Amino acid sequence: MSPIPFEHGLIVAGILFCLGIVGVLTRRNIVFVLMSLEVMLNACGLAFIVGAARWGNADGQVMFLMILTLAAAEVAVGLGLIIQIYRRFHTVDINVLSQMKG
Amino acid sequence: MIIVLLISILFFGGVLAWLAEIIDPRLPRLVALLAVILDFLVMLTLLGADADGAWLVSFTADWIARFGITIYFAVDGLSLLLILLTAFLGVIAVGSAWTEITERTGFFYFNLLWTLAGVVGVFTALDLFLFFFFWEVMLIPMYFIIAIWGHENKQYAAMKFFIFTQVSGLLMLIAILVMAYLHYSQFGAFSFRYEDLLNVETSGALGYWLMLGFFVGFATKLPSVPFHSWLPDAHSQAPTAGSVILAGILLKTGAYGLIRFTVPLFPEAAMEFAPIAMTLAAISIVYCAKVAFGQDDLKRLIAYTSVSHMGFVTLGVFAWNEQALQGAIMTMLAHGLSAAALFMLAGGLQHRIHTRSMAAMGGFWAQVPRMSVVALFFSIAALGMPGLGNFVGEFLALLGAFQANITLTTISALGLVLASVYSLWVIQKVFHGAFTGDSDQQGQLLDLDRREMCYFILMMLGLIWMGLYPQSFLALSEPVLDGLLSSSSELFAALGRG
Amino acid sequence: MLDLIWLLPTFPLLGFLILVLSSGQLSKKVVALVGAGSIGLSFLVAALIAVEFLNSGAEFYSMTAWTWMSVGQFTPGFTFYLDGLSLVMMLIITGVGFLIHLYSTGFMIDDPSYSRFFSYMNLFVASMLMLVLADNLVLLYLGWEGVGLCSYLLIGFWYDNPANGAAARKAFVVTRVGDTSMALGLFLLFAQLGTLNIQDLMGAAEANWTSGSGVAVAAALLLLGGAVGKSAQLPLQTWLPDAMAGPTPISALIHAATMVTAGVYLIARTHILFELAPTVQLLVAWIGLATLLMAGFTAMTQHDIKRILAYSTISQIGYMFLGLGVGAWSASVFHLMTHAFFKALLFLGAGTVILSLHHEHDIFKMGGKRKQLPVAFYSFLIGSLALAAFPFTSGFFSKDEILLGALALEGPGTWLWLGGVVGAFFTGIYSFRLVFVVFFGESQAHHDDKEVAGWNMAGPLFILMVLSLLGGFIHIPVESVFNHGEAHEEHHVSGLIHGIMIAVPLLGILVAYLFYGGRQLSADKLMANPLAAALHKFWFSHWGMDALYNTLFVRPFVYLAKLNRLDIIDQCYGLVVTLSRAGHGLLAKLQNGMLGWYAASLIFGLVLLMTLGVLL
Repeated sequence: MSPIPFEHGLIVAGILFCLGIVGVLTRRNIVFVLMSLEVMLNACGLAFIVGAARWGNADGQVMFLMILTLAAAEVAVGLGLIIQIYRRFHTVDINVLSQMKG
Repeated sequence: MIIVLLISILFFGGVLAWLAEIIDPRLPRLVALLAVILDFLVMLTLLGADADGAWLVSFTADWIARFGITIYFAVDGLSLLLILLTAFLGVIAVGSAWTEITERTGFFYFNLLWTLAGVVGVFTALDLFLFFFFWEVMLIPMYFIIAIWGHENKQYAAMKFFIFTQVSGLLMLIAILVMAYLHYSQFGAFSFRYEDLLNVETSGALGYWLMLGFFVGFATKLPSVPFHSWLPDAHSQAPTAGSVILAGILLKTGAYGLIRFTVPLFPEAAMEFAPIAMTLAAISIVYCAKVAFGQDDLKRLIAYTSVSHMGFVTLGVFAWNEQALQGAIMTMLAHGLSAAALFMLAGGLQHRIHTRSMAAMGGFWAQVPRMSVVALFFSIAALGMPGLGNFVGEFLALLGAFQANITLTTISALGLVLASVYSLWVIQKVFHGAFTGDSDQQGQLLDLDRREMCYFILMMLGLIWMGLYPQSFLALSEPVLDGLLSSSSELFAALGRG
Repeated sequence: MLDLIWLLPTFPLLGFLILVLSSGQLSKKVVALVGAGSIGLSFLVAALIAVEFLNSGAEFYSMTAWTWMSVGQFTPGFTFYLDGLSLVMMLIITGVGFLIHLYSTGFMIDDPSYSRFFSYMNLFVASMLMLVLADNLVLLYLGWEGVGLCSYLLIGFWYDNPANGAAARKAFVVTRVGDTSMALGLFLLFAQLGTLNIQDLMGAAEANWTSGSGVAVAAALLLLGGAVGKSAQLPLQTWLPDAMAGPTPISALIHAATMVTAGVYLIARTHILFELAPTVQLLVAWIGLATLLMAGFTAMTQHDIKRILAYSTISQIGYMFLGLGVGAWSASVFHLMTHAFFKALLFLGAGTVILSLHHEHDIFKMGGKRKQLPVAFYSFLIGSLALAAFPFTSGFFSKDEILLGALALEGPGTWLWLGGVVGAFFTGIYSFRLVFVVFFGESQAHHDDKEVAGWNMAGPLFILMVLSLLGGFIHIPVESVFNHGEAHEEHHVSGLIHGIMIAVPLLGILVAYLFYGGRQLSADKLMANPLAAALHKFWFSHWGMDALYNTLFVRPFVYLAKLNRLDIIDQCYGLVVTLSRAGHGLLAKLQNGMLGWYAASLIFGLVLLMTLGVLL
């Protein structure tokens, strides 16, 4: 089995990242925004793994593990916050939740 | 040491006045009055001092040795005249606030005395770092005086005053720092001392920019067109004592800076700049006289006339010859008294009829004859009547300026005509004519009381003295000016420009 | 005795101080004593000094009280300088001044501000004495501005009426325009010659400047500016008629006898400078001629008794300028003196008329007052005779000398003479128009009015009558002042010329009689002619000068001042404020709390940075 070309891997990572961005920008439900963020994080992780495979260096994999942990922690905190927000405002629409304006 | 004493009396007097409020809210004014009078008396002892080199007295101590910053005070005839004016008007200012200020008196007199301390520091500090320190010291208490005890639009006025002076002060600070650095690069050590900086080579474009930094700092304080517009707001909003200090003394620090620093530190650049500065002066004189005529607010009107009169000072300084400089100094002194008195009169009127609008005034002569005579006297002084101090100043300034630039002097002389237009207009509008105030005020207006008359008579005597025997003042500043002029003329001779 | 010269201005000054400091607490008797007495003392001292000075035969005497200021070369002092010219002026000021003060003690007796009146009057006399006794131009300028100030204060004496205040301000500001020109002249003289001491200055000018050199012309022109302002000559004459708003003794003292002649004095004092600038000197003559004719026309059309006299003053000073311009220096000073006598007489007479008729000013509402107001009648009769230069009255001699001086001038002299003679014709008409209308014909009301003339009012009038009649025989000791400037060769003048100069004023009086005395001719019929009516209107408004100046200077200035009340420069700083407010608003909008918006800007920034990183 010939290895997946390096470029293909990166292109997939790029597509995933862009999808994530589009998700963050366009979704109004905060849960989906969080999920899109996860997609973006995973896109980064994929890029690291592809790089690690290309140069035969374990640093990439180590970094992926780190991103994984980070994402898990982030989701835990994020979901917690979302639940709190939902309880307080009874909505998860980010356009309604505009209390951060200066 | 005596200079440190002068400043500390005011600083500690201020603190004491603040504390005194705890005992009785009427005590601070007494403390303030005593402190200022004491200061004035101490200053009088300097009159007899023998010149120690260029200075009558001086004081030096280390401060931040690493950067060559020292505590260096010195007094010569010029500084002495100005600190005497400061203390004299300080007494008057305390007097004018005597009954007007009833809230937070302790803090008020604290601010008043600290401003005065800052001014005395500015007139005596000869280390430029120290000078800048005092420059800020006099600014901030003044800000509070306007912002706390001012009239209806005080926040705006105080902020405007602060921003104008602060921004222009920063330009000056940059110039001071660059000067110290230049001293480092030319002599291998930092120094902020006046005498050291005089030796710094400042020709070329850099010198010109540094000079501009100093000029803007001082011209804003003076003020000169186009940096004048904070003054009418500050004056119309400030309490009377604030106006007295502002018009009488604070403006003079700008003029003092021009004479002491701007021109001597950058003789070449200043001479190159002189035509522009004199043009600004001529514009100040004529333009602000015209704007003054259009005002309805009495205090704004007087503020604009201040700008107009200070134009003669700029004109005199940049003409840079003996008559012109003496004229500038006499104008500073005389205007200090006449403008302070006019502001006190306007403040007194405001206190009585609760408005500054001239539309609500008229025919007060029969009601308040003493006040009318006093107002007439100071208006006449302001329009340059010979025999009073302002004439000596303006005449000498124009006489000297004529030798430097005929066209600009001719334009400036138009100011004499315009001064008569607005001064007489005020007299006509406020005191002559039929009574036009509120009809229930007729017969109710209080004339000047004994305390007020006392202050006004003191100032009148001062102006008459300056007008009839200005020699006592001219003699004090003469050696200073001789020194300044001879060093700059040596320089010009060396440059082959005569 | 001569060293007491400093007492001259000191007495009135002391009077002023006493009256001001007492702030109206003194009784009217004491005020009168202080006010008039101080001038009387001055006159006594002046007379004694004059006698001693003339006996000593010295050319001048000077005394320094103290050095005013000393700045480099500039060292003016409070120095009094006495020579023939200042002697004459000093005697006129104290003498006529005393008579007018004495008259005022009666005239103003009912005024509540009696003390204020005399304090201003005393200050005026002190300033005027300073002016004529000054040995340097700066001290002269002090007196010059001082009299201007007093003139302002006294014109606006009855301050209740804003019109008086307006007249006072107009007088001050218009003369101030001239004063500023004079100040510039002083600056120029000092810059060029390094002194402002008059005698040194004249010597230095003669030594350093050639005749007609540019700087001499400039200096003379600038001083002339001051002189025309103070003396109400073209183009700055518009203030004097309005100045009649003041009490009548003021008009007599300030606006007829003394202050308005200060310009004449200035030119006479600096005549050497004017001789060095012949074009300017000739200009002085033409200004004088133009003014005297214009004012003569206007005087014939006025109704207000004081305005007629005011225009006649302008016209007579025009004669003095004419005399100065043709180099007849002493004739001008002579006319200055005789004019002071007869014009003071006329004004004080007018004061009596006005006071007796309850402040009536319109001459056409008077009439037939000959019997009723005898003192005023004889004052006017004698004053008008002198004014019209009736033979052997004082005005005849002085005017005669000026006109002969004009005739003696080469070139334009004949024209100047002719103009002066035409002016004399007008003088005859307007002066006797006044006499005939007020004192002859039918009485117009005020039947029962008694003449108000106590001894203190009638006495000065009698003395002035005598002086007006016989003043022509006084010899003024000014030869030594002008000796080197006067045209010396005796000009032979034919009898015809003399005849014309005697006949023309008489002709004028005759015309006035025909119109207003005998009523053989009717002014109303003349006015029916539209051209005549238009001319009358034009002259009545003094050739539209006031309207012209209003349009040219006053209105634009006021308009601009109102327009720029908010100060355009301040508005520029307002622009800075507006801009930063706008910027603030813009940036605040970005922070809208929309998470998507934040994320988008984050990404946009990132992309921007990356693009920049790739490109650079």
